[in-house]
Amino acid sequence: MALLSFERKYRVRGGTLIGGDLFDFWVGPFYVGFFGVTTLFFSALGTALIIYGAALGDTWNPWLITIDPPDVSYGLALAPLNEGGLWQIITFCATGAFVSWALREVEICRKLGIGYHVPVAFGVAILAYVTLVIIRPVLMGAWSYGFPYGIMTHLDWVSETGYQYGNFHYNPAHMVAITFFFTTTFALALHGGAILSATNPGRGEVVKTTEHENSFFRDIMGYSIGMIGIHRLGLFLALSAGIWSAICIVIAGPLYEGSWNDWWDWWKNIPIWN
Amino acid sequence: MADYQNILTQIQARGHYDPGVPLPREDWERDHIKMFSNLLGKIGDAQIGPVYLGFTGVASIICGLTAIEIIGLNMWASVGWDPVKFFGQLAWLSLDPPLPEHGLKILPPLNEGGWWLIAGFFLTASIILWWVRTYRRAKQLKVGTHVAWAFASAIWLYLVLGFIRPIMMGSWSEAVPFGIFTHLDWTNDFSLIYGNLFYNPFHMLSIVFLYGAVLLFAMHGATILAVSRFGGERELEQIIDRGTGAERAALFWRWTMGFNCTIESFHRWGWWFAILCPLTGGIGILLTGTVVDNWYLWATETGFAPPLQ
Repeated sequence: MALLSFERKYRVRGGTLIGGDLFDFWVGPFYVGFFGVTTLFFSALGTALIIYGAALGDTWNPWLITIDPPDVSYGLALAPLNEGGLWQIITFCATGAFVSWALREVEICRKLGIGYHVPVAFGVAILAYVTLVIIRPVLMGAWSYGFPYGIMTHLDWVSETGYQYGNFHYNPAHMVAITFFFTTTFALALHGGAILSATNPGRGEVVKTTEHENSFFRDIMGYSIGMIGIHRLGLFLALSAGIWSAICIVIAGPLYEGSWNDWWDWWKNIPIWN
Repeated sequence: MADYQNILTQIQARGHYDPGVPLPREDWERDHIKMFSNLLGKIGDAQIGPVYLGFTGVASIICGLTAIEIIGLNMWASVGWDPVKFFGQLAWLSLDPPLPEHGLKILPPLNEGGWWLIAGFFLTASIILWWVRTYRRAKQLKVGTHVAWAFASAIWLYLVLGFIRPIMMGSWSEAVPFGIFTHLDWTNDFSLIYGNLFYNPFHMLSIVFLYGAVLLFAMHGATILAVSRFGGERELEQIIDRGTGAERAALFWRWTMGFNCTIESFHRWGWWFAILCPLTGGIGILLTGTVVDNWYLWATETGFAPPLQ
């Protein structure tokens, strides 16, 4: 079923950023648009290259398939396809697909007359990805510093990159990022729980109201941020997690090459207690 | 072209102080603070308070302060009661769990981990009393106990780290120290000792749910703010009587990715992702050292790391 019962009246023309009415149509539930076409192009090409790269590799075990970036000796140059060139084209395709997807979201927002919060938020996720595979490698002077596209190999990359800088938990931006990740999850538990507890109060009870939610959180901790506030807070916490993740990796290498354990020496060396 | 994008509340309409939904007769009285913060009002609700203390609340705060006091005084004692050194080294100071030779002894010498056990006891008492409080407040307001059960999932991870796994390993020394850098060192060493925790499938799941929860909250917060011009943030009303805000929110995702939640079902997704993060994480920690000694070797044997040459 492609249409919800109320959907027809919302499917109006217009709101496109580019291409006018040319791609202004739906396929099943999906809106297409100019950027739907570019998304499809980039993701189809990228996926095909991943499969091609997997075929060149020595395993079809999905955990172990990997598309590695070029060797450090290639610097920021283009590499032959089976020596990291695939990784370079796939990175280009992924970035193209992500940006197309964000712009397609903008067109959908315009069509529905709603705010641009979702594409802006997705932009932060794209920024974090681009920081890992484009900005940091460019700052470090070689594509080899990007992470490999593989389930297990990207975990190895995280592990190895972390230990190159001592104990990565000592990276202050990493601390801030983790704190935001945990806090966002905590806040989501509270918000999800609050809404579910009001709408599912148990057998024989009437559904409760926003006043009950306010009373619940005020009783427990003296403050209820309210319905609009929790969504602002949640969005802020989630985006901060992404932004600080990008910061914590882009400073490791380009800005600071030592061990993060030693980075804190400046604090130890403050004259008051040194 | 310049559309209004809901970011902060620009004009605050302030009604009377809201004393809250009436509580049952057997409860304590609420403490009314009756304060409004203009700054908080820019983000969310401007009203501060009332707060309900209650027996479990007061007991929980006393236990929590006792635990923090024990930890802090131990740290201070470890620098010879020098206040300047205490502040300068605070992040490196630590109250460590009992030495390995004390095994599961109930009360080893105080400065060889006894204080750690006492602090852990009070911290655990504080947390469990706070859980009773969240459960009880929900019951007294006649709403569901979903928040309490989500909290229970976090308590599970906490108990695995500091209580259940040390008992299964036969030594309190396996537990996490109380200290800023020392708990980070513990985390790092734990991964190194057991062959890289990234190869632990429950650790993988836990991270997926952690990142997934953050992704979901970003999607949800952004969607609701985007449809707030249609009253979409009044979620409980939208669940019962769907309006154009909820319809547009649903269609945004349907047109974007071919699938959409309802306002109510989104909160089930969010609640489960948040709960499953510590739930799976706790399972992963509990299996480490008790069932699996080296996750890397385990992965090579089960075929999701390359076989050893």
